[in-house]
Amino acid sequence: MDLENQKRVKEFAEKYGAENIVVVLGAAEGEAAGLAAETVTNGDPTFAGPLTGVQLGLSVFHVCEPEIKNEVDESVYDEQISMMEMVLDVDDIISEMTPIREDFCKYL
Amino acid sequence: MNSVIRGASYILAFAPDMVIHNGTTQTTERTVNPNSEYLKQIKDHLRTFEQVVKYLPNQTYIGNIHPDELAKYEQPWNDKEVEGFGRFGKYGEIMPQDEFIVLMQMCDVFDLVKLEKNFLESTKEKLSQHPLFDESLMNRISEGEEAQVVKKYVDEEHAEPLYNNGELIGCVKRAHDIDINLSAHVMLENLVSKASNVLALLNLIAKNNVNKEEIDYIIDCCEEACGDMNQRGGGNFAKACAEVAGFVNATGSDTRGFCAGPTHALIEAAALVKAGVYKNVVVSAGGCTAKLGMNGKDHIKKGLPILEDVLGGFAVLVSENDGISPEINLDLIGRHTVGTGSSPQAVITSLVSSLDKVGMKITDVDKYSVEMQNPDVTKPAGAGDVPLANYKMIGALAVKRGDIEKKDLQEFTEKHGMIGWAPTQGHIPSGVPYIGFCRQDILDGKIKNAMIVGKGSLFLGRMTNLFDGVSFIVEANKGKEEEKSAVSEDKVKELIAQALKNFASNLLAE
Amino acid sequence: MSLLNGKKVIIIGDRDGIPGPAIEECVKTAGAEVVFSSTECFV
Repeated sequence: MDLENQKRVKEFAEKYGAENIVVVLGAAEGEAAGLAAETVTNGDPTFAGPLTGVQLGLSVFHVCEPEIKNEVDESVYDEQISMMEMVLDVDDIISEMTPIREDFCKYL
Repeated sequence: MNSVIRGASYILAFAPDMVIHNGTTQTTERTVNPNSEYLKQIKDHLRTFEQVVKYLPNQTYIGNIHPDELAKYEQPWNDKEVEGFGRFGKYGEIMPQDEFIVLMQMCDVFDLVKLEKNFLESTKEKLSQHPLFDESLMNRISEGEEAQVVKKYVDEEHAEPLYNNGELIGCVKRAHDIDINLSAHVMLENLVSKASNVLALLNLIAKNNVNKEEIDYIIDCCEEACGDMNQRGGGNFAKACAEVAGFVNATGSDTRGFCAGPTHALIEAAALVKAGVYKNVVVSAGGCTAKLGMNGKDHIKKGLPILEDVLGGFAVLVSENDGISPEINLDLIGRHTVGTGSSPQAVITSLVSSLDKVGMKITDVDKYSVEMQNPDVTKPAGAGDVPLANYKMIGALAVKRGDIEKKDLQEFTEKHGMIGWAPTQGHIPSGVPYIGFCRQDILDGKIKNAMIVGKGSLFLGRMTNLFDGVSFIVEANKGKEEEKSAVSEDKVKELIAQALKNFASNLLAE
Repeated sequence: MSLLNGKKVIIIGDRDGIPGPAIEECVKTAGAEVVFSSTECFV
């Protein structure tokens, strides 16, 4: 994840409390989604950014995962996401995200 | 009458040492994690020039392997070597790093590029064999420096070092002691952009039967900015490049739009020519050191060589209608506007639905040239297959519009799409890589038209959260005759003369 | 229990996946407050 974005995530977690934050991702591939999810839960796996070694344990989802999709107004989701959902490998994204949440999320 | 695409050129410059020293992934790592494993591993994951020449997508980029042929090779491509082609191609060339560094010096008019004398002499010898470097270019090379002089500039005067095979062989000096816009870092990036643009211009002239003197105007559409502290992006790369390339009758300017820049620039060029302002306009851009090795960490993690090891450049010549070359149809311009919105479907709809104006279906366009990034580079980095994602979106839109049935989606992406082959150099892969082949495919009657799509991530500049994109259609030449105006030139003169006469007599009457 | 309602949401979009502003439109409908939205680019 971009270093500036990591810095911002860290700042918001401190400001609002990690338990009040949900991170929503839009990554193009399962693996990239998994890396971003790991960064905001267990720390930056690439050891480059401000979240290196910082275990925030934030709740994190990809916008195409059913947990998010089910809470969003259907017509808005349809307008904003539905066509891209056809392009992305959503199953792959879910299978990358799920174990990371199970292992590292502290507030679910 | 519509303007035409008269020619195109595509060049790559192999830059392995710049991957290590100038790519932002690596420079960032050196700042935050100087002892990292990654930095230690890089040098063992760099390819040789021979490997880069034999890399399939690179041979496609310089015009030797058609994208349809490339698609027949099973991916990944990084474990395959293609024989039978050299560094020179139908549309351009792949230049080794040492020659490119000397070309940077040829492009430097402020005595900033200092090169060690042994390196310079041996590379000069190599360059003298190069078919495109005439005496006027060779005369631009300065005297070589002693190694310790170069080292002194680097150690004591903030010069950016230049390496070849891990050895310090030169440097780029800062152009001002205080102004960060003229720092050695910025000057290096800008000189790299300029040199790769110039190489594209030289190839454009050489490979397309054009005289340098014919060029009236040049538009640079790279993603760098040149200027000083009082006008940071003042420009003008275009004219600076035209000067070195010997376009004595040209002026020019820079157009920017992130990765959408080249498509914006081509529309502008086509409009300038169609309006009769200029006869021959070149749109060109050089490459970007910052993006070298951008996804290097992922490549190394997967045991691959660093695949982002080349700088890219291109040039396209847009000219008056010659009755033969494919035309740029300016009636069918697709635009992402401020009001379009950012959802991927809104973006692609805005770019493709220009077809509605003339009642064309999505399937009426034979080929779509979108963001043609090489999937061999992006897939291992978790960014997916970018062109394929674009084709799926266009296909999904076609389903939604009723142009195709859902079951035909895959067939659509194969028939109307292409496999990606361009290096991840931002603006370089965006729409333009196909223009050379597109011109030939249309001339050969293989396809009748193509849509060129450019998209840009404006939000990276932190000035807006908006996305951007434009598109246009290239189509077979309709022939000069058909479009001839109903009113001849003589008739127009006669009408004007009559009007003036009437005007004069009215004045007299008053 | 709602995941998003009343929560502060941080969005990390992707230029070649779903960009930030599109995600923003969605999560707002679920009663979330977007505190940060960014779009990354790998190409």
